[in-house]
Amino acid sequence: MKWGLAALVAGVILLHQDFWNWTNKTLVMGFLPIGLVYHAGYAVLASLTMAILVRLAWPHELEQVQPERPVGSEAEL
Amino acid sequence: MIPALIVFAYLGIVLYIGIFAFRRSKGSTEDFFLANRALSPAVFLLSLFGTNMTAFAILGSSGMAYARGIGVFGLMASSSGIVIPLTIFFIGTRLWALGKRFGHMTQVQFLRDRWECSGIGTFLFALTAAMLVPYIIIGVMGGGQTLETISVITGPDGSPVLGPDGKPQHWVSYEVGGAIVAIVVMSYVFFGGMRGTAWVNTFQTILFLTFGTIAFVLIARSLGGFDKIMAELAANPRTAPLLSRERIPAQEFFSYMFIPLSSIMFPHISIMCLTAERIGHFRKTVILYPLCIAAIWIPSVYLGVVAAGRYPGLGPGEADDVIIRLLTDHVPVVLSGILGAGIMACVMASDSQILALSTMFTEDVFAYYGGRRRFGERAQVWTGRAFVVAIAITAYLIALELKDQASIFELAIRFAFSGFAALAPIMLAALFWKRSTKWGALAASAWVAACVIATWWLTAYSDPIAPRPPRPRPAASAQAGPRGSQAGDMHGAPAGLQPSPAPPGTRSAPRAGTPSPGARPGGPPPAAPQPVRVFPQLGDLFLRGPTNVTVYGYLPVMPMVLGSALLMIVVSLLTRPPSRETLDRYFPPREAARVPEAASAA
Repeated sequence: MKWGLAALVAGVILLHQDFWNWTNKTLVMGFLPIGLVYHAGYAVLASLTMAILVRLAWPHELEQVQPERPVGSEAEL
Repeated sequence: MIPALIVFAYLGIVLYIGIFAFRRSKGSTEDFFLANRALSPAVFLLSLFGTNMTAFAILGSSGMAYARGIGVFGLMASSSGIVIPLTIFFIGTRLWALGKRFGHMTQVQFLRDRWECSGIGTFLFALTAAMLVPYIIIGVMGGGQTLETISVITGPDGSPVLGPDGKPQHWVSYEVGGAIVAIVVMSYVFFGGMRGTAWVNTFQTILFLTFGTIAFVLIARSLGGFDKIMAELAANPRTAPLLSRERIPAQEFFSYMFIPLSSIMFPHISIMCLTAERIGHFRKTVILYPLCIAAIWIPSVYLGVVAAGRYPGLGPGEADDVIIRLLTDHVPVVLSGILGAGIMACVMASDSQILALSTMFTEDVFAYYGGRRRFGERAQVWTGRAFVVAIAITAYLIALELKDQASIFELAIRFAFSGFAALAPIMLAALFWKRSTKWGALAASAWVAACVIATWWLTAYSDPIAPRPPRPRPAASAQAGPRGSQAGDMHGAPAGLQPSPAPPGTRSAPRAGTPSPGARPGGPPPAAPQPVRVFPQLGDLFLRGPTNVTVYGYLPVMPMVLGSALLMIVVSLLTRPPSRETLDRYFPPREAARVPEAASAA
């Protein structure tokens, strides 16, 4: 699971480098440049990736954390 | 005068928000500096996003898209849309938990305790404070410049009234405008602390998202749809490259992925992570963050490209105003005034940075060296408030004294992004690598400081040989004023975190649709000229572009981050780790960790 999620994150980061769109000027629906559409979709993909991480890799152990000492530690002077 | 009145109304509202937050305060340090670690999910998301968002997300991004095309969204925004949520997910949640457990309120407190070292904390305090101060000065400068610009006195025909010196007269001067902004920001931070700052950022974000969407729809309807404009852009060989990423080098596009690492290392962002009431608040934040970035940036970048067809021939500085031109030409005056007020308020906003510096001073210096023990918690809060006043006054005096030297601070901010990004490996090591040591952290910190200074020096050294793009109107660029950041020179800043561009109208912009004298007709300036070698004997190691130095074509942030990580690893392996007791506190043995979980389950 852990390595699968790591591969997912690495894959998503790699997908940001869409070199195949570098000079592509196609207009989707006649008014949206394909490079912009791709990265708009990438934002959705990033959101979905974070949703998967929240679902499968959430640090549940941190939810149990309780204060151990008063705030504002001071130097031993 | 209407925009000025709306800005004053905006300032009045944020002042009231600060005073309202003061009524909810409890007088403790956690309450003043961290809103009692009790922000609700919605306020946490919107304030964190609002803290990250500056006017560059609207003005600068559209100006940059005007010159470089739609690739600006991928370059700065969608990269931030994945990297910033990842850092919040992996680092922000851990900082929140450690803060709750040990009472940390700053990064320095955590790092001092984690590595049993006072020196690393002091060094990082000095380094981060030095990289944060220029923001505050620029904020006051931008505020003064903005209020002066929008309060120009006009005659019956709508043209500016000129004074004896031949310059336009204003209701509010730069000096008075800067003072107003400094007083307003100082007041709501002074009274409201983190709660007031978070509420103001939330208000600002809602305002942008709501009125920005309405404005985008109205502009599209007024233009009769975007199909025709896009077809014209595609048919013109000078503007067609704007529909792709041809004007952005591949190395620059790749190395920009490192820049958003800076976000979580900015003190005001990491401190903001400590304000959530429950760790569950991070869930929606990291999921919705990429969509919030897209909601702000896609319209801004798209309108920047649309403006290239509507207002051809603008110079680099003038292009920052294209959103304002579109609003003025296609949106009712009140709506454009409200959006303009929000944008201009963003230009002048430095509240989070002031509060972060105040928190760092009172926790990492005042409390750490015994002030809290001697004088009590109440005195610490008032010390924080006094520090807010001192910072605001100092920033104002510097803004007055160095009115024409803003480029120094703009440059400092640009390098600060690389510096904060290169500090990220230190935080990652502290949180996830037991074997990391204070010596590794010190070596990495020293590397970062040296690199920031070296980059600054290289930039200054290579200025005389920097390739210059053709200037459509040299006189206009010389009048760029104190907020001289220009579209296309924003190397080193993630989405929303960039230093704010010049407020609208500060560059003597021509009227909408009127190319500058001397501008090339038919589109924005061509691609930037080829970079030149700084030291020919070193080949392409250091290349100088129009605005910055690169390393083999990559932004300096990339070798800075990689070098910082390498030093952290190598030096840590060569030196002694912290004591077993400290390691057990930060990395509890599995058996010990299971006990509270079992108890909780029971």
